[in-house]
Amino acid sequence: MQDRSLDRIAANATSSFVEHLRRDRPELLPFGDGGLVVQDSRIPLPVVQAPHATTIVALIFSGGVLMAGDRRATMGNVIASRHIEKVFPADHYSVLGIAGTAGIALDLTRLFQVELEHYEKIEGTRLSLDGKANRLGAMIRGNLPMALQGLAVVPLFAGFDTVLGAGRLFSYDVTGGRYEEQEHHTVGSGSVFARGALKKIWRPGLSEAEAVAVSIEALYDAADDDSATGGPDAVRQIWPVVYSVTHDGVRRISEAELGPVASALIASRSIASREA
Amino acid sequence: MTQQFYVSPEQLMKDRADFARKGIARGRSVVVISCADGIALVAENPSPSLHKIGEIYDRIAFAAVGKYNEFESLRQAGIRYADVRGYSYDREDVTARGLASVYAQSLGVVFTAEQKPFEVELAVVEVGTTQAQDHLYRLTFDGSIADEHHFIVMGGLAENVAAVMTDGWNAGMTMSAAVRLAAAGLTPAGAPALPAEALEAAVLQRSVHRDAGTRRAFRRLDDGELVALLTGEV
Repeated sequence: MQDRSLDRIAANATSSFVEHLRRDRPELLPFGDGGLVVQDSRIPLPVVQAPHATTIVALIFSGGVLMAGDRRATMGNVIASRHIEKVFPADHYSVLGIAGTAGIALDLTRLFQVELEHYEKIEGTRLSLDGKANRLGAMIRGNLPMALQGLAVVPLFAGFDTVLGAGRLFSYDVTGGRYEEQEHHTVGSGSVFARGALKKIWRPGLSEAEAVAVSIEALYDAADDDSATGGPDAVRQIWPVVYSVTHDGVRRISEAELGPVASALIASRSIASREA
Repeated sequence: MTQQFYVSPEQLMKDRADFARKGIARGRSVVVISCADGIALVAENPSPSLHKIGEIYDRIAFAAVGKYNEFESLRQAGIRYADVRGYSYDREDVTARGLASVYAQSLGVVFTAEQKPFEVELAVVEVGTTQAQDHLYRLTFDGSIADEHHFIVMGGLAENVAAVMTDGWNAGMTMSAAVRLAAAGLTPAGAPALPAEALEAAVLQRSVHRDAGTRRAFRRLDDGELVALLTGEV
C-alpha cells in the first residue's frame, strides 16, 4: 500500500512541463497527445498548405556559438512573410532555430522555452546542455505523426556549455534523432548553399564580429540560389535575426550592428560585379 | 458498533484552526516588503537549498512558512498553474490575483474536507511597474485571503517582527534598505544581527532589462550579494 502511494507520488512529481501537459491538458500540445495516427492507405493524405520557414545557419566561434536565420516564410511559390523570426532564445544559455512548418514550429519553440523555464523553477537549477538537447529531441519525436502528414519541423539547437566553457551545436531529424555537430551546421531549404559557403569562409578562432559577418554571408549565398530564402533586404532595411551565446548568456545582435555588416557585404558583391 | 461522539461544527473548526496555528508559529518568520526598487523577500532559513521563497512567474514570487512538504507541493502546483495559463493564453495573463484565488480555494477545501489542515501560511506577490501596482496577498491555512499593503510578515513571532516593519517602513525605501529592515526585524530583540548564511533572500526587480533577453523579475541573492546589501555597500 505504502509502496503504491510512493510510486504514485514519484510519478506525479515531474519537472517536465510537456509531461504535465500530456497528462492533464493534452489538447494544448502542438502535436496532440503523441499517439500515432493509423492511416487507411486507400485514402490519400490531405495536403495542408501552410507557411514554411526556411534557412538557419549556426557556427562556433571563439568563446561561444552564433545562430542566424533569414526573415522569409513561403507558401508554395508565394512569400508568406518578409518579417518572420525563426531564431529564438530558449533560455539564458541556449538558442533555437527552426525550419519547416512555421505554425507548428513557433508553438514548439514556445513550448520548449516554457519546458526549460519550468524545470528551472521547479528544481531550482538549470538543465544541463545535453539535457536540454535531449528534451528537444523528444518533443520533435512527438511531432512525428504531423511530420508524416507533411507538417515537419526541423530545429537547430545551440548553447553555451557552462561546464566545458564552450559553445556546442545540435542538429535533429524528424524522428527526433539528435546529432552533435562540429564547427558549423545549417538547416532548411537553402541549407545546402549556406553550408557550401560556410565550408569556405568559416575558420577556427573567429571573433564574435567575424562570426556575424560569416553567418550573414552564408545566408546571402543561400538566398542567392534558393527562392525560399530571403537575403538582406536593403530597401526595407530587414536584416537576418542573429543571436550569439557566450559565457555571459544569450545576446541578440542589434539592427544597428547588423545594418553596416549587411550593407558592406552587398557593396562588396556589387563592386565585384560578377556572377556571384 | 461504536458510537461516534458528537462534536459541534464550531468546536471542530476551532480545533483544526488551533492545530494549524500552532504548527505555523513553531517555525521561523518570513518577511515580504514592497519598496521603491521592487519587492524584497527575506526569510530566516539556515538551509541553502531547502527554500521558503520561490519564483512562480515573470513578475510573481511565492514565500511560505510552515511544513516544508506541504508548501513545497503548493509551490510546484502554483508554477504548473502559472506556466499552463501563460502557455495557453499569454504571459501577460498570469496574475498574482488569479494564482492567489486558486491557492485560497485549495487551502479552503483541504481545511474542511481533509483529515488534517495544511500547516502553512503563504504570500503571493506581484511586482508592478509602479509601487501602487504591487500586489501582496496573504493566504492562511483555512483558505482566507487578504490583500496586504507595504509588507507581509508570516510565521514565528510575527507580531514582534511586524512591529519593527511598521516603525521602519517608508515608500521611498531602496532595495538594500528594505533588506536591511527585514533582517533587523527577523533578528530577535537583544540578539546579535543574523549572519547572511542564516538568511534566505530574493528580490522581484521593478525594472527588468528586456534587452538581456529575460522577462523574469525574480532573482535569488547569494550570500555575497546579501552581505553587500546588509552592510550597505550597494
